[in-house]
Amino acid sequence: MPQPRKRKKTEAKEETKPKEEVKEEMQPKIAEPKEMEQKTVLRITPESARFKYELKKIPGAEKLMLCFQCGTCTADCPVSRFNESYRPRKILRMAQLGIKDQVLKSDVIWLCAACFTCVDHCPQDVEIASVLRALRNMAVKEGVMPPVFKELASAILQTGYAYKIPEMRIKKREESALPPLPKGNLEDVAKLFKVTGFSKLLEASGGS
Amino acid sequence: MAEKTEKKEEKKPSKYVLFLGCAIPYREGAYEISARKVLQKLGLEIEEMPEFNCCGLPIDPVSHETMLALATRNLCLAEQKDVNIIALCPGCAGTLRKVNKTLKEDKKTREEVNHYMKEIGMEFKGTIEAKHIMQVLAEDVGLEKIKETIKKPLTNLCVAEHSGCHVLRPVKYIGFDDPENPQILKNLIRVTGAKVLDYQDEAECCGAPIIGINQDVPLNLTGEKLSHMKEVGAQAVVTVCPFCHMMFDTNQPRIERTLNKKFEMPALHYTQLLGLAMGFTPEEMAIKELRVDASKIVALVNS
Repeated sequence: MPQPRKRKKTEAKEETKPKEEVKEEMQPKIAEPKEMEQKTVLRITPESARFKYELKKIPGAEKLMLCFQCGTCTADCPVSRFNESYRPRKILRMAQLGIKDQVLKSDVIWLCAACFTCVDHCPQDVEIASVLRALRNMAVKEGVMPPVFKELASAILQTGYAYKIPEMRIKKREESALPPLPKGNLEDVAKLFKVTGFSKLLEASGGS
Repeated sequence: MAEKTEKKEEKKPSKYVLFLGCAIPYREGAYEISARKVLQKLGLEIEEMPEFNCCGLPIDPVSHETMLALATRNLCLAEQKDVNIIALCPGCAGTLRKVNKTLKEDKKTREEVNHYMKEIGMEFKGTIEAKHIMQVLAEDVGLEKIKETIKKPLTNLCVAEHSGCHVLRPVKYIGFDDPENPQILKNLIRVTGAKVLDYQDEAECCGAPIIGINQDVPLNLTGEKLSHMKEVGAQAVVTVCPFCHMMFDTNQPRIERTLNKKFEMPALHYTQLLGLAMGFTPEEMAIKELRVDASKIVALVNS
């Protein structure tokens, strides 16, 4: 009986301290690492263990497992400064752990601007931007392709150029004494799309 | 290190095949107009590249193999002419440069890609180089020779430069300037007589490549750069990339609305700046095509 009473007393004592103030002051500092508070249960299956090997086979992603999570990539990433959810370090960790669906279906893998700052700064020589590209390529194979890429791909197929160049621009070239715009070789482009397997992926995604 | 590429016999450093890319004919006519005039003035022989296609970079996020195939086809076209490539767009130049280097050094990838090329009756041999105009001007032409063509030094101008990512990084593939402290574009600007100002985060990205996915990040990134340039008193920003230029010029009014700030910072293609210093008229340099009014720069040039 006396013991619990004693405990209660100490608790009460602590509470009487200027707790309210401290709490308010501390709150912004504590609230920052939200990531830590979110507890996600990860189920690591044999498939997740295999994921990293699959990924490492893609050119540019070979050194994935050398990442020791120092966070230099995120710290130096210009996109991360203006977007709270884009964290290259975190994406690399998820890839190492093989949480395939969460990585490949996530919108954030499409946010890398390919400025290559992370590649130049990584102390482990991991080509982070290329790992991101490899993940996007894998996502495409799982049926995820943002509309902008379907537009770019179909413009290339139809004109050889990544954008459909308006008539007005082509006419203006004459006025500016620029040589006529070369026509693309659409037959070659179509063959290359096919032989690399990209035509199929494009069809599967509903693009042209 | 890379002895193979170093040993290659040098192509005539005054003849190039022009890789125009897609963004320049699509929206950045002033860059092409000014670049052609400036290159001609410097005595470079520029050949056209018929039947070229997109460099491949825009497709890399969705299919690395297709990017390799598209880039290699362009390299093969230049090999057939046996002339080095000059590209105005750093995205194209960087992609062609990286793929060229990879295929020259990595036999396995070369075999894979040549298997694709067989479909269209081509083969990558690795006999040419691909360079961005900035590298051609600094290395092949040289500052001294450019200096000789300057008729009207722009001594009244104070500008900020923005090299952009793909002429700087990644070092292991691009590597002709220091990405932490880029100097080449600064030196090229100094030759015109203009002053170059240092500003915070000079080598940072403008965000353009993701504008099709997310607009908020690029608008903020470029807006931040414009603020830093304004703080040091830059009268204009000078670019060498059509995409960076779209961010600084075409999108500047949008950035001003988003950040609720006025910049009114003219954005010039480097070739326009150089052309003005060579004595070309603002009309010849298509200054009027710029979205942000550059008449105060023209006035400073003429004063």
